[in-house]
Amino acid sequence: MSALTFSLKTQPSQRVDMTAITPDNLAGKTISEIAAITLPVGKDNLRIDSLFDISGDDANEIVIEKSASRLDYIGNNMKTGRITVEGDVGSYFGYHMRKGELVLNGNAADFAASGMAGGLIQIHGNVGDYLASAIVGDKKGMKGGTVIITGNAGERVGDQMRRGIILIEGNVGSYCASRMLAGTIGVLGTVGEYVGYGMRRGTLLLTQKPKMHATLQDCGTHTLPFLSLMFKSFQVLPSKFATINKNRVQRYAGDIANDGKGEILVLL
Amino acid sequence: MIINGVQIDDTFAEAFNMRGTRVIITAQNHKWAYNAANAMTGFATSVIGCGVEAGIERELTADETPDGRPGVAILMFAMGSAVLMKQLETRMGQCILTCPTAAAFSGIEGGDRINLGKNLRFFGDGFQISKQFGGKRYWRVPVMDGEFMTEESTGMVRAVGGGNFLVLAESQPQALAACEAAIEAMKEIPNVIMPFPGGVVRSGSKVGSKYKALFASTNDAFCPTLKGITNTQLSPEIESVMEIVIDGLTDADIRKATYVGIAAACALGSANGIKRISAGNYGGKLGQFQFHLHEIMNDESLKGAA
Repeated sequence: MSALTFSLKTQPSQRVDMTAITPDNLAGKTISEIAAITLPVGKDNLRIDSLFDISGDDANEIVIEKSASRLDYIGNNMKTGRITVEGDVGSYFGYHMRKGELVLNGNAADFAASGMAGGLIQIHGNVGDYLASAIVGDKKGMKGGTVIITGNAGERVGDQMRRGIILIEGNVGSYCASRMLAGTIGVLGTVGEYVGYGMRRGTLLLTQKPKMHATLQDCGTHTLPFLSLMFKSFQVLPSKFATINKNRVQRYAGDIANDGKGEILVLL
Repeated sequence: MIINGVQIDDTFAEAFNMRGTRVIITAQNHKWAYNAANAMTGFATSVIGCGVEAGIERELTADETPDGRPGVAILMFAMGSAVLMKQLETRMGQCILTCPTAAAFSGIEGGDRINLGKNLRFFGDGFQISKQFGGKRYWRVPVMDGEFMTEESTGMVRAVGGGNFLVLAESQPQALAACEAAIEAMKEIPNVIMPFPGGVVRSGSKVGSKYKALFASTNDAFCPTLKGITNTQLSPEIESVMEIVIDGLTDADIRKATYVGIAAACALGSANGIKRISAGNYGGKLGQFQFHLHEIMNDESLKGAA
């Protein structure tokens, strides 16, 4: 069995909804059946084989090659298996993902991991705004699972995030962890303005003290035992976070304009 | 059957179905892990008066514990799940939550999940924080020494309680020395505890009493001072009898502990005043498990355990 591979023929002229291409949707289908599936492209519906060269037969292990930034909803509602993507992707990467693994060797646009409930997303590149955030109309952002970003992330990372872990090795834009409800976000690089804006609960782990607005309050330096537990759980992850071994932090609580039970921990 | 001059009675220990759980307690160092564990397993010798039987199973090194600190594993047994859950929660609240630097984690992955720190979180008065790592939920409760950390639940399994054997000796010091040797050896066996003080009990009981209010009373057949006036089980040279009670996660664990304990007691031999090994039972009518001493001491597969 070799990986079921979709190689993009040409850059599409309109945005493509890739929802149909997940291991659970394609399980048990022959190549000709898969080729006949249509994907929404702009206002049209096009057969998969008009967009991609298809090869391989293991639907549990999907590879998307020569990916382009107009391919949206890759891994949408995915429940099993693995999708590996070579090249950039559009928005909603891993949207409402339940289980399995998504690996992206390229950059993702906005709303990656939005509504994600479980599984692992690795992005070896940068992501746009609203990583793991709630889309308009959703009450919660990410609800579980793990997201690893080796590059940078845009604004509003983890907006209304409810549970799960986001580990970003690069820098992050403004309003990081805004309106966060729970969960953990780690950033090794810098964060922009208004970090933790409206943050209700949850943990934001940083390596350097950010610029803070008035409703985040300093709670002093602490050695927190739960951090050893957390870093131990990171040790299995393919991320620079796996090597952190200190648990002494400066703890800031907030946003006290919104209940103030969130925390920003800055490693010392 | 005679081992090293010690007679092994052709009898059996009668044991019961129980519910058991394991909790891993960690702290800044072993001293404080033991302080917490000793408190948690204190007053837990017998289900009759204490609700649970509990004891320290073994010491854990820092790399064996979930949070990388020195720790202690404890086992706790009760006759039913409701009382085990109640006792676990009470003891967690009074003994672990209160003990400086102590944290508690699940010691059994399978089984039914029962509350470990789930309800202790409310001590946090709204400042408690939940964290989930590796599919497990932990609670962080702010306390005066920093943060109390506990896993939300631990596993409860079907277990076996009441395995036992009696050491009959020519004097009290000799009986105690044999029991001490047995306990030292038995502590090396995983999945078992000997819940009585120092692992040894001197007040073995029989069912019933002349007093209506009591359902158990002293085992007069094994009381050396009553040899002349009761239906005694003791020969003239026996001056002291002590019992070791064993609770374990499975009957195989109790068999192993019984073997190792009796072997250690018999190693002292009749030369040191150890005369007989017997066991306590209720005629085989009450317990679901029987541990026949001859069969256990003849079991070749247990020989490596010692």
